Amino acid sequence: MQTITWNALFWIIIVFANINGVAKSFLQEGEGRMLYYYTICKPQVILSGKLLFNVVLSTLIASVGFMVYAFILGNPVSNHSYFLLTILLVSIGFAGILTLVSGIVSKANNSTALLAILSFPILLPILLVAIRLSKNAIDGIDATLMNEKLFTLISVDAIVIATAYLLFPFIWRS
Amino acid sequence: MRKSWWKILGVSLVFYTIIGGLLMEAPRLAILNETIRAMHFHVPMWFGMIIMLTASVYFSIRYLRTGNLKYDTYAIELVNTSILFGLLGLATGMIWAQFTWGAAWSGDPKQNGSAIGLLIYFAYILLRNSIADTQQKAKISSVYNIFAYATLIPLLFILPRLTDSLHPGNGGNPGFNAYELDGRLRMIFYPAVIGWTLLGVWLTELRIRLNFIKSQIDEQD
Repeated sequence: MQTITWNALFWIIIVFANINGVAKSFLQEGEGRMLYYYTICKPQVILSGKLLFNVVLSTLIASVGFMVYAFILGNPVSNHSYFLLTILLVSIGFAGILTLVSGIVSKANNSTALLAILSFPILLPILLVAIRLSKNAIDGIDATLMNEKLFTLISVDAIVIATAYLLFPFIWRS
Repeated sequence: MRKSWWKILGVSLVFYTIIGGLLMEAPRLAILNETIRAMHFHVPMWFGMIIMLTASVYFSIRYLRTGNLKYDTYAIELVNTSILFGLLGLATGMIWAQFTWGAAWSGDPKQNGSAIGLLIYFAYILLRNSIADTQQKAKISSVYNIFAYATLIPLLFILPRLTDSLHPGNGGNPGFNAYELDGRLRMIFYPAVIGWTLLGVWLTELRIRLNFIKSQIDEQD
């Protein structure tokens, strides 16, 4: 298989696994349990808990996905440390976006279809950087050329998580 | 905003742009030739869209701080006009690309980026339509609006700089600053940006007033 196809297919699988796996965080909670959480702690604490769990879950999905995928379809990656770093950073960003959007959808009509529609376009910026980074990692391009994109990914992650912390109290209160 | 001077200014600037942009002299450059005139109609659309989306986020923040539904109406109507501007920006860009790149849609990073940006705001409108309660709708969609804007900025301003694109201003192509040096273009381009943006604000203002009248009629019934 060509490396470009390998790369694209890998990220498509990761995106949809994330949307289905990570996004459930708020959708599965019942009304009563939400109210109980509301009475015992601050919204920031709830978000931190959900976010931490989702980052771990998302990283797990991506790394297990990578291992199985590489086992079945072959592993063209030549710079593993950068590839895994990309996976980690993307997982943090995806978890941040999906946690907040899942909170939004849980206040709307709780459907997974709405969640996919709302989250997909805002996942794309991270995905675009990730595809380019992992393509470089597969080709084994010199690390100094990749650092710029890596910093972009880190800053997008930071923006996403910071806005999530600012905005979450407003959804939680209602 | 009820004063009429800025509406007259906006309309006359747009007329000036149309007449001046099509008839006045433009610099002759290879490949671009006369298509450089598209700049007066294409680029101001994106300027207007970004200005109005920023205003929309400002009103969403004010809504979350005050809980006044008036600000939420401002935010949604600004987004509606921005979407119109975005679609027009895509359309004018495609007409231009047909002549200079040889195809209306070539999957250029700039084209994809703006299409994704529009997708985000279509999702915003969809979200609004899926919530029945007015206060809840306003609150949830304000949160999404702010969050979407935070991811839109890297999409439009950082990512295109990391890749090669055929679009002017990217990957070694002469950009906005190169044309800007030419006074003949500058004389029309800056008024064009102001004119189109004022026209967009006027459109938004009319829609907002229509909304208020509708809600007052609903209350009387």
